[in-house]
Amino acid sequence: MSDWMWIVAAVVFVVVGPLVGCLLAGIDRKISARMQNRVGPPIRQPLYDVRKFLAKEQVTPNLVQDFYVMCFLLFTIVTGALFFGGMDLLLVIFTLTLSETFLVLAAYSSGSVYSQIGAQRELYVAMAYEPIILLMAICYYLEFGSFAVSDIVESGEMAFVPLLGVFVAFLFGLTMKLRKSPFDLSLSHHAHQDIVRGMATEFSGRTYASLEIAHWYESVMLLGMMVLFFLNGSWTGVVLGVVVAVLAWILEIWIDNGFARMKWQTALKSGWVVGLILGVGNVAVLLLI
Amino acid sequence: MHYDASSCNGCDIEVLACLTPVYDVERFGVINTGDPKQADIFLVTGAVNDQNKEVVKQLYDQMPEPKVVVAVGICACSGGIFKDCYNILGGVDQVIPVDVYVPGCAARPEAIIDGVVKGLDVLEQKRLRLQQEKEGSK
Repeated sequence: MSDWMWIVAAVVFVVVGPLVGCLLAGIDRKISARMQNRVGPPIRQPLYDVRKFLAKEQVTPNLVQDFYVMCFLLFTIVTGALFFGGMDLLLVIFTLTLSETFLVLAAYSSGSVYSQIGAQRELYVAMAYEPIILLMAICYYLEFGSFAVSDIVESGEMAFVPLLGVFVAFLFGLTMKLRKSPFDLSLSHHAHQDIVRGMATEFSGRTYASLEIAHWYESVMLLGMMVLFFLNGSWTGVVLGVVVAVLAWILEIWIDNGFARMKWQTALKSGWVVGLILGVGNVAVLLLI
Repeated sequence: MHYDASSCNGCDIEVLACLTPVYDVERFGVINTGDPKQADIFLVTGAVNDQNKEVVKQLYDQMPEPKVVVAVGICACSGGIFKDCYNILGGVDQVIPVDVYVPGCAARPEAIIDGVVKGLDVLEQKRLRLQQEKEGSK
């Protein structure tokens, strides 16, 4: 793929990303409802919700909070654009962490104890999944000799088989990153298992809407990372990747509905155990073979 | 959002019943949230007394405009059977403006959903009025 193709891919992500993310969120709510034997909302409900939040009055405890949430949205878009633009995987991971940090800062900036507890928990969860994502980048480097997404794609080899361990670990980390039960400690989609609203307690109106839009971008980017494992230089790889990503999304919804929330200790321990065994194991295998 | 003033829990259980598979209020996109800052509709069950008067007021004030208050059950509407008690101030409308009254003891889930959907209409009207005020002030 030439340079301008990567730029087109990044632009397509910025424009189409939220639409796909919104659709995914709608499907999430519908499937969740069907799993609970309910009819559920229309698929476009997340879009209606965000439109409603944009029209609502803005109530904020301080101006800094809105700034941080805007930064979170901005850097989530930048992360996704860098990833789909074929840039360095390490850079993608670091901007992802930066965007996460802005969200935590936003939650910390308010005086509400609920959002501060949420922020604290978000940091624990981030600590749990960061090693997995970093080990994923290391494994890509060992296999392809480059961190750049463009080099990985253009190599024409499927990463799935040599990176199987890291793939499973990434699937595990996805539950944390998408904030699904049992690891939705900081910000739950379900009102019944949260202390008020976790990190988002003080977010309202436009700020809450931008948080939702950032989540849409985030889901698309994470599923994009899932697709990257299957690219083999032809269309079959893309189709296979998308199918697996959709299956992973449904699996996440199933896990979300099937489990109650766990303590942060469990999240941290399981994240590190899975990450270290599968991730480091994968690194060892790649180094030895 | 749902707040239990001094309800006997009868109406509260019926409010929760609205979320179950049988009634499923999420069909209309309604979610039960614990956060006033993201809520549009304030469901209050039970009459208001001196102790929770401030709580009801504060929750109402924390909700961003446009917002709608739905009084669920006869106690929330008028004080009901407890109206003449020494500690009861009366219905929710003694403390905050109420938009929709859902009578009943306990209010049926069908009636609550009907009240909430009527509340959505009021919400839409309030939103339009707010928009017009915004444009008028420009």
